[in-house]
Amino acid sequence: MIRLENVSKTYGSGAHAIQALKHVDLHVPKGSIHGVIGLSGAGKSTLIRCVNLLERPSTGSVQVDGEELTQLNGQSLNHARHQIGMIFQHFNLLASRSVYDNIALPLELVGMSKAAIQERVMPLLDLTGLADKADKYPAELSGGQKQRVAIARALASRPKVLLCDEATSALDPQTTGSILELLKDINQQLGLTILLITHEMEVVKTICHRVGLISDGELVEEADVGDFFTAPKTQLGREFLNNFLELEPPQALVERLEATPNEHSHPVVRLAFGGAAVATPLVSRLARECGVDVSILQAKVESIQGRTLGLMIAELIGDTNDTRKALEYLENHDLKVEVLGHVQRNA
Amino acid sequence: MSSAMLELILEATLDTLYMVGVAGLIAAAAGIPLGVLLYVTRPGQILANPVTQKVLAIVTNVGRSIPFIILMVAIIPFTRLIAGSSIGTNAAIVPLTIAAIPFVARLVEGALNEVPPGLIEAAQSMGATPYQIITKVLLPEAKGGIINGMTITVVTLISYSAMAGAVGGGGLGDLGIRYGYNRFDPVVMLITVAILVVMVQGFQSIGDHLVRKADHK
Repeated sequence: MIRLENVSKTYGSGAHAIQALKHVDLHVPKGSIHGVIGLSGAGKSTLIRCVNLLERPSTGSVQVDGEELTQLNGQSLNHARHQIGMIFQHFNLLASRSVYDNIALPLELVGMSKAAIQERVMPLLDLTGLADKADKYPAELSGGQKQRVAIARALASRPKVLLCDEATSALDPQTTGSILELLKDINQQLGLTILLITHEMEVVKTICHRVGLISDGELVEEADVGDFFTAPKTQLGREFLNNFLELEPPQALVERLEATPNEHSHPVVRLAFGGAAVATPLVSRLARECGVDVSILQAKVESIQGRTLGLMIAELIGDTNDTRKALEYLENHDLKVEVLGHVQRNA
Repeated sequence: MSSAMLELILEATLDTLYMVGVAGLIAAAAGIPLGVLLYVTRPGQILANPVTQKVLAIVTNVGRSIPFIILMVAIIPFTRLIAGSSIGTNAAIVPLTIAAIPFVARLVEGALNEVPPGLIEAAQSMGATPYQIITKVLLPEAKGGIINGMTITVVTLISYSAMAGAVGGGGLGDLGIRYGYNRFDPVVMLITVAILVVMVQGFQSIGDHLVRKADHK
């Protein structure tokens, strides 16, 4: 539904040129929710603005529903934009218009009659839970309600695609949850394709099917959300995940970690396990089969898109031979093992 | 006070209202579009056009930097062309309007500047044309600010109109100078000033009221 090919965007020229996007390829299939996550300044905003040409890419191709947008200008571009809804971090509602009139705006733009507009707006007020707010003005609404109005407005022209630019970043966690639920419903009920950008893993975890990681203008990683949360391929991906899961070894331990093992040290590992491994009585098996003791420093279980993900930081205590056997055992059982370092055995 | 004097005061009040009203209306009709143009032709704006923007900005600044009393005299040939005469109330309206247009334009530009850029972006994402962005987003969102600017303009015009006596324009300022100042009649002087104060207060209150009605902030 959305296809970006080799999209680059450069601001300025010569020595002052800043490359905001570098050769980005992105494909979002019809009906899916695709997230792009990245730090501030990574190029997320530029990327999503290239999809409806609020930013014109310097090079590359942008296709929405098979139509090449970079070839369009003026009227034909405006026409194409009616098929692409967009919501924003700061809602961007017109303060001078009531809720009803805000939602009606995109329909007024295409010259729809008052009666036809009403027929479109009323069900959207119901869908977004704003039926009793039609005559209120944005200043009278909470942040979550404003974003609901913005969603209703974006849906009014019955777009094929919805672009969400940090749509929940200005909202509190509870309101974020309810807006994400609404987006999920819309995706399922209307089969609407959604592309969203965010810096919040929570958003990706809650509603995305696939996720791309953007860094310094490049899409460095792309994966199904379940895979991304179990085994991110890049260092940045792991950082996002670890920050999100808050699974870092205790500071006191970090200070004692050494990069290289010796005969008096034992490894500290981070284990990630999904699927069948979750149900395995792992710790006791390691003790029995490899003869190592496992000291669990941190552990948690997350449920992501119906998949269960277990995470653990543990010390494997035993002699060098046994701990090596234990690591092999873990890797053979579909666990993602990351050796964080080695600590000296307590004398 | 004689009834003739009262009649003079009444006539002068109506003259002032007439001059300010007509000049204000024409200035709004010309100044608001000019203000919009100044705004939308800025770099990065919906109709960015550096040359147009530069020319308009210079013309506006020149218009605003000429002292009113000098402008009034300097454009006498133009005034005669438009009003058919260079003296009288109608003749005074011409320089008042010319002075007010760039004034309105800058105030309107300032009001538009207060519209969050995100709203323009949102309208563009909906496929709005530049004309639609101006009429459906910029002007309605800046309505309060524009009304406020027009109120300031009207008050300024009232004070400028006092100088219109220099071209036989009549009005309260003229009356105050001729009878109050030149003839040392403190009563007439006080009455004209009092009426001007009430007039300014009145316009300001109406303006404030309209701004409150326009703003849903």
